[in-house]
Amino acid sequence: MPADPQTPLLQVQGVYKRFGDNVVLSGVDLEVPRGSVVTVLGRSGTGKSVFLKCLAGIVHPDQGTIRFDGRALDVDEPRARAEFHRRCGFLFQSNALFDSLTALENVALPLEQTTDLSESDIRKRSLEALRQIELEQHADQYPGQLSGGMQKRLALARAIVTQPELVLFDEPTAGLDPLRRNAVFTMIAKYQRQFGFTAVIVTHDVTEALVASDRVALLDKGVMHFQGTPAEFTSSTDPVVTSFRDSAAALGATLASLRSGADIQSED
Amino acid sequence: MVSSIGRHTLALVHGLGDFAVFTARSFQAVLGSRRLLRRVVRAAFEQGVRCLPVILIVGMFTGLVLGLQGYYVLSRFGSESLLGALVSLSLVRELGPVLAALMLVGQAGSALAAELGIQRNSEQIAALDTMGVNSLGYLVTPRLLAALMIYPMQTALFVTIGLWGGSLSGSLLLGLQPGVYWSAVERAVGSEDVRECFIKAATFGLLTIALCCYHGFNSHRNRSASGARGVSASTTRAVVQSSILVLTADYVITSFLV
Repeated sequence: MPADPQTPLLQVQGVYKRFGDNVVLSGVDLEVPRGSVVTVLGRSGTGKSVFLKCLAGIVHPDQGTIRFDGRALDVDEPRARAEFHRRCGFLFQSNALFDSLTALENVALPLEQTTDLSESDIRKRSLEALRQIELEQHADQYPGQLSGGMQKRLALARAIVTQPELVLFDEPTAGLDPLRRNAVFTMIAKYQRQFGFTAVIVTHDVTEALVASDRVALLDKGVMHFQGTPAEFTSSTDPVVTSFRDSAAALGATLASLRSGADIQSED
Repeated sequence: MVSSIGRHTLALVHGLGDFAVFTARSFQAVLGSRRLLRRVVRAAFEQGVRCLPVILIVGMFTGLVLGLQGYYVLSRFGSESLLGALVSLSLVRELGPVLAALMLVGQAGSALAAELGIQRNSEQIAALDTMGVNSLGYLVTPRLLAALMIYPMQTALFVTIGLWGGSLSGSLLLGLQPGVYWSAVERAVGSEDVRECFIKAATFGLLTIALCCYHGFNSHRNRSASGARGVSASTTRAVVQSSILVLTADYVITSFLV
């Protein structure tokens, strides 16, 4: 039975995860309203990607509950897992495209393997997905023959071809220059409006995240330190939030002092 | 010392159990796999057609050497006429299945372990999981089913080419009558020998491809190396262990069937 539309699509409560002695997530909470774009910010190595993989059901939390559409996510039960993955797409930082398959075959893969659609319907829907992200002309090319931006769009097409309600983005702009970062966030915002999915984005790009998101969360040392609107994030006086938010300005000051020949003080 | 032996024994038992579960789950995945036949055909092409040249070359030279060595040994006792029996029984019962399996491990098994290791590294396997696709069913099951068909076929080809090689060195180079050679082959090889040959080939195929898939699929568990070195270490381990497994399984099967 579908849950109340007012219920957040995703509710995370007290998620705890450790690898050996290294505690990565220490009681993380998060609510993701339906149809919204929520960005989880945080420095490198704070457990953002592990958190996202917990949401995607590919890493099992040691403690805590993740509720999707009002129901607790049970990835150990094959039918529940299949149902969840049918309704959830994931865009990997590395795109994770199959390099031995063409662009069309990559997009068709989830349809071929998880639905009973006919060959012609799969082809039609895959070509339509490629057309929507303006890659129709490259349907027969392999990922290695496409540019970085095209590969990102192709990975997005594969993530949304099954028309999921939730799409998880793992560092979609990692390693990209500012222009490409803008382009990726614009692409996410555009397709989120076009297809109406709920999005959770993990990133450390503050400026772009604040523009593209409905809500922002800050993960620091395994704990969700802040949750609110971009405006609340911008006006917050919390020292952890201000330190993260102003890190770009701090970098500018450091570079300015480097140019002037002054000693640089390490934060550590 | 005692604790070290205990630790290694436990690790071995754990590893064997893990490998058995991996193989069982891969076969279980046949039930829920969609469009499996296409992937089996693709895997059969990779294992079969690409290994064809090496099977033909090694099979031919094995037969040539067997013919040459056998002829000189048999001629000491005036029994050159038994050359066909010696070559055929050696190839059908032992050398055919074992050498063909070792060639397939070196060619197809190593490629398979490396490919799966790279797919694990580049998160393609994790991507399958997030799509709700059974990664074992998609990547491993077709390869195991293909191996059950391809190994016996390649072994049959290896033996056939090897018999021709034996005939070539015995008849063409050393002067034995071709009719004498081929009639000895016909008299020596019985249906139980052929059955043993195919049982061995199918068993070697299943074990080695499962082991190569296991190491490639689980390359991320490697604690001593990660990334490209992790893939390289997994591939090496897959080939070495598969080769040992072929010879061990050969002894076990032979001792049961003889």
